[in-house]
Amino acid sequence: MAAAQKQPVVFTGAGPLNGAVSGVLTWVDQRFPLMSLWRDHLAEYYAPKNFNFWYYFGSLAMLVLVMQIATGIFLTMHYKPDAAQAFASVEYIMRDVPGGWLIRYMHSTGASAFFIVVYLHMFRGLLYGSYRKPRELIWIFGMLIYLSLMAEAFFGYLLPWGQMSYWGAQVIVNLFDALPVIGPDLSTWIRGDFVVSDATLNRFFSFHVIAIPLVLLGLVAAHIMALHEVGSNNPDGVEIKNVKDPKTGRPVDGIPFHPYYTVKDTLGVVVFLIVFCVFMFFMPEGGGYLLEYNNFIPADPLKTPPHIAPVWYFTPYYSILRAVTEDFMWVLAAGIIGYAVLLTMTVRNDLLKLALFVATAIAVVLLFRIDPKVWGVVLMGTASMIFFLLPWLDQSPVKSIRYKGALSKAALTVFVIVFLILGYLGTLTVTEGRTLLAQFCTLIYFAFFLLMPWYSRMDKTRPEPERVTG
Amino acid sequence: MMLARMLIGMMLAAPIAAAASESVKLDRMPADVNPNDPTSLQRGAQVYVNYCLGCHSANYMRYNRLTDLGLTEQQIRDNLVFTGAKVGELMKIAMEPKDSRDWFGAPPPDLTVIARSRSSGDGSGADWLYTYLRSFYRDPSRPTGWNNAVFPNVGMPHMLWRLQGQQVLKTEVVAIPRGAKGEVEKHEVQKLVLDQPGSMKPAEYDRLVADLVNFLAYMGEPARHFRTQLGIWALFILGVLFVFAYLLKKEFWKDVH
Repeated sequence: MAAAQKQPVVFTGAGPLNGAVSGVLTWVDQRFPLMSLWRDHLAEYYAPKNFNFWYYFGSLAMLVLVMQIATGIFLTMHYKPDAAQAFASVEYIMRDVPGGWLIRYMHSTGASAFFIVVYLHMFRGLLYGSYRKPRELIWIFGMLIYLSLMAEAFFGYLLPWGQMSYWGAQVIVNLFDALPVIGPDLSTWIRGDFVVSDATLNRFFSFHVIAIPLVLLGLVAAHIMALHEVGSNNPDGVEIKNVKDPKTGRPVDGIPFHPYYTVKDTLGVVVFLIVFCVFMFFMPEGGGYLLEYNNFIPADPLKTPPHIAPVWYFTPYYSILRAVTEDFMWVLAAGIIGYAVLLTMTVRNDLLKLALFVATAIAVVLLFRIDPKVWGVVLMGTASMIFFLLPWLDQSPVKSIRYKGALSKAALTVFVIVFLILGYLGTLTVTEGRTLLAQFCTLIYFAFFLLMPWYSRMDKTRPEPERVTG
Repeated sequence: MMLARMLIGMMLAAPIAAAASESVKLDRMPADVNPNDPTSLQRGAQVYVNYCLGCHSANYMRYNRLTDLGLTEQQIRDNLVFTGAKVGELMKIAMEPKDSRDWFGAPPPDLTVIARSRSSGDGSGADWLYTYLRSFYRDPSRPTGWNNAVFPNVGMPHMLWRLQGQQVLKTEVVAIPRGAKGEVEKHEVQKLVLDQPGSMKPAEYDRLVADLVNFLAYMGEPARHFRTQLGIWALFILGVLFVFAYLLKKEFWKDVH
């Protein structure tokens, strides 16, 4: 509210043009909070001055989002969501539409770039405890963005209507088949047919170009509004709002987002675009990871490809799905019982202990009564959503990895390695050894989250500084 | 009915897939074939329309796109369009997929993007095609009389046999020394041997195939040449922008810290 009482005029230079500009601004400001928006989110949004490399990826994610929407609009002008024409229309874009190949490669390379940027952005959150109080909602909105992005990518991947598009969608939708009772009806309802077909293509097109993008934009707005409400975290994990200049009331370690971070992020954007252009112009197929070779064969419902793998950004979860075999159920059961014992030792309330015992018993019975395939789907879903719980799982007295102890550092390092291994395994065909490795990694993956309340508390932390360093 | 057809489809697909996964070491496209050499590409286009386009459409490619290869529309019309097609039309074929399925077991695939789809960890799509087109051999057990070492039991007969001649597959037993005590391990190695020479010498035939494959690779992505050229410009401009962005950031940030 204080902002509304300030002078709305910023252009004070003499001259008729500046006078006219400030006149227009005043006119607008009396009808729309333009200058206060500008001040609250840019000119007078105070961000910590010690942002490092990891802080580029938020603005880069916004850039890629805008790029995907802009290129998507042009692709939609030429693409035909019709099983008989889809593949040909993509090649038409690549050949006959002026600049079409560039728009298409921007979009296909952009999809992978989006996930790289978002994964690095999420890793930043893990490094510096950006999900901790008071930023839980920022994290939750961010996770919802991540899940929407996966949906967006999944729906979009069907559109080129190549073999991988088709069979990838077939495999993923068939996962719902495994669910008890409603499974088969549910998967038919999703496809709109008994197999992936024209009906599926049409609805996936609709989801991809309007439904999910709308959700994404809304979530991004919420993510940023929540961020600007509480202020940014930083590599030290201390609140800059705790130390304010008594005269101005501004955080001593904060600097206005504009111009400092706008110029810094501009530099980040240029470096990102250089890397992006190297891929887009010189290796748009990315060795089969950005555009899969099989997808240059038109979808054929009668010919199953020998090896179906999802695009790289889904492969960690795909590995977890494949890791759940009949034999693995014993390990899972042991894991659940072990975890229940650990929880029982922690809670004091007897009623809670009893509830825990009953819940564990039911879970173990269900483990063996329901098809392992279902548990694979459940585990895959849980793996992608367990990040939601991080604000409450992390019980460390400090936020940033800089002041956490060896336990937390080791846990995060191992988690990153395991995530990468799962991702790599997901691109390969299954062998006995690989499945064993994937199962081992799956256990570590979940242990990272589920044991966090204990190891983050046991960890020997160093005291946080009063103010940001460096 | 639908289900029955699906099952047959899967059964047919399975042995091909299994065979395809048995890796044959692919020859590499000769390094001296320049992807931008108009002579090589024009010759490839000529081979394509003469030997391939009868059965293999290029449904996403227009004849007049071949102006990329340094040809005029008139030259394309006179030398490369054998059907009644107009020069701006797509390179379609008259053969019905239903007929060709009866004749060959499977309709001959469209070849517009074949070079892109045949890429794999074993080699580029061009490497695969270059090896494939030189690996036909006589096999009386096959309905066409031809088989292929890279694509076992392929439905396609050897279209270029008059040029290459006829190869046969010979099995040789080679002894590979193993261990220190002079033990040998016997391996069966299959080799393609030219049984009856064609009108071309092997080196000439390899060059012809290389030019054809060069054309197929071009056709897979006609924008490729322009893409890399534009990429160099884009990187150059971004490089200049980087200098300015860096100096701007430095200038603003000197009062922070």
